Amino acid sequence: MNGAGKGSATSRDKWEREVVQPALKKSPERAAAFTTISGRLIARLYTPEDLEALDYRRDLNEPGEYPYTRGIHPTGYRGRVWTMRQFAGFGTPEETNRRYKELLRAGGTGLSVAFDLPTLMGRDPDHALSLGEVGKCGVSVASLADMETLFDGIDLGDITTSMTINSPAPMLYAMYLVVAERQGADWSRISGTIQNDILKEFIAQKEYIYPPRPSMRLITDVFDFSARHVPRWNTISVSGYHIREAGATALQELAFTLRDGVEYVQYGVEAGLDPDEFVPRISFFFNAHSDFFEEIAKYRAARKIWAHVMRDRFGAKHERSWKLRFHTQTAGVSLTAQQPYNNVVRTALQALSAVLGGTQSLHTNSLDEALALPTAEAATLALRTQQIIANESGVTNVVDPLAGSYFLERLTLDMERGALDYFEKIDAMGGMVPAIERGYPQREIAESAYRFQQAVERKERIIVGVNEYVAAGEEPIQTLYIDEETAERQVGRLEGLRRERDNGRVARALDALREAAEGTGNLMYPILDAVRAYATVGEMCDALRQVWGEYEEVPLI
Amino acid sequence: MRKIRAIIAKPGLDGHDRGAKVIARALRDAGMEVIYTGLRQTPEQIVAAALQEDADVIGLSILSGAHNHICPRVVQLLKEKGLDDVLVVVGGIIPDVDVPKLQELGIRGIFRPGSPMHEIVEFIQRNVRPGVEQV
Repeated sequence: MNGAGKGSATSRDKWEREVVQPALKKSPERAAAFTTISGRLIARLYTPEDLEALDYRRDLNEPGEYPYTRGIHPTGYRGRVWTMRQFAGFGTPEETNRRYKELLRAGGTGLSVAFDLPTLMGRDPDHALSLGEVGKCGVSVASLADMETLFDGIDLGDITTSMTINSPAPMLYAMYLVVAERQGADWSRISGTIQNDILKEFIAQKEYIYPPRPSMRLITDVFDFSARHVPRWNTISVSGYHIREAGATALQELAFTLRDGVEYVQYGVEAGLDPDEFVPRISFFFNAHSDFFEEIAKYRAARKIWAHVMRDRFGAKHERSWKLRFHTQTAGVSLTAQQPYNNVVRTALQALSAVLGGTQSLHTNSLDEALALPTAEAATLALRTQQIIANESGVTNVVDPLAGSYFLERLTLDMERGALDYFEKIDAMGGMVPAIERGYPQREIAESAYRFQQAVERKERIIVGVNEYVAAGEEPIQTLYIDEETAERQVGRLEGLRRERDNGRVARALDALREAAEGTGNLMYPILDAVRAYATVGEMCDALRQVWGEYEEVPLI
Repeated sequence: MRKIRAIIAKPGLDGHDRGAKVIARALRDAGMEVIYTGLRQTPEQIVAAALQEDADVIGLSILSGAHNHICPRVVQLLKEKGLDDVLVVVGGIIPDVDVPKLQELGIRGIFRPGSPMHEIVEFIQRNVRPGVEQV
């Protein structure tokens, strides 16, 4: 790693020999090797020799210029800072609606909906598998009626909303569109995001319903529908977040996420779409983990790789197709239940890395999230963390302030090289869908997760308050508690809906959806009809289960 | 003396299986025979697996908040099947207020985020029923 390049036999070697070696004899370094949290080996020092292969115009260029390593906006955050988008949702739609209004009053600039597990898995609140899960990890939204309550008094023409929903994404997206329409908002003007990223579900978070191939069809149907009717909607948020949380290294997060993005573009092209029609609406979602420089390098490398692949592999012609836009969330997995106030500091550092990496939007986790969903006070403090970075730290004054750092640029090049190596392996398997079917990324991630845990056990990696600096007799902190009445209220509301709606119309809409699924037409239209008839998420997802079946993974350890 | 047989199970709708898989490997590396059930198992399926595999311990990984429903059901089914000597341990996001409720059910091994793997291994070795390898 410290090897000298050509023609540089050099002050660097001389320094190693004459300065470093004697210093090491006097006081050895703290470890034999220094690694990032992902296990990447880091050299003692980086110098111009590490950047001999770097060409400024080709590899970096100015912000706003291809390949966008230094950012997609020429003025960085000097024009507008990132969107502070706090992910929230719990209990009933009424409770979450109140939290959203508080977040908007506190200066939040976008909404982000967390749904509960029954909604994410396409089950109604009264389904046997929903027992104990209704409203626990997010808000319960079973039908258009719940979506209307969720956004009551919030003008969807004014704000942008991100919805973390994957397998049933078309159904929840359709509900949002119908609410917007009834508020009088114009579909051609509203904007927001649905996560709609099923590949990372198979790889990491495992909230899938249908097998991979029909799942991919739902996604390309959303691409096509949105290009025609909701042109400003971000139709997919290709997510590394969950891949990282499942235990991937920074490099694996980067590589698998971008390769997932390539797979979606490939499927869109195969479905007959022009890349320039749908690629500009693809956005990304990364994790901001704790190793500061490695994270910044990851975001910069991501932009560069995407620009290359879109231009050269897919022949996209518009600059908008080349620019990778991304949301970031700080690493939930890094939060500790022990000494929870330490989490504020972790989150601040992680958030700073995302900002220095040029994120378009950011969610900062709350200090109590290793224990429960956040309280309102904890969520406000998390938002304040971002506001302090934006207004007090000064890092927003200059675009891509760390560019030119020997270390960071070397790391950015290494991350790019490593990701492209993974691309080659996955391409050789026939793409990401076949790679997932054979369990390749799943195994890679499980391996990294176990290696990390072993390093923690051996104290090769210190986690403050967990395996070092442990405090005895900690006082518990106040946490949010979701009571069981949420489930009763949601089940009661659903019973009422089923009594009051036109059930003949619902049955006809569900039949039409099944029929469309057996054919090849775009499923967004029959889903919108079913939503307008107040069909539930469970009913719509069941209609497709009857046609496509459910996916079951082979459990591996 | 035979090896400890452990079932690691993911009940409920949640798919976050990092913890379950890491623990399954740690138990295996500690010399136990480990069966990982995979995702979305009902309490009935988990207890049936315990019966079939002659398990000494069941580890439930629950991060979704559904523990107050799942744990009592698993304990009740174990009693009904005459398996009340099977040790039950729980790992995941368990709020402070729920810990006594789980303890009342007889679940003493409750491991929250940050629990060292060796503590879980040792807890199982110390508390598992007689007739298997213990410390």
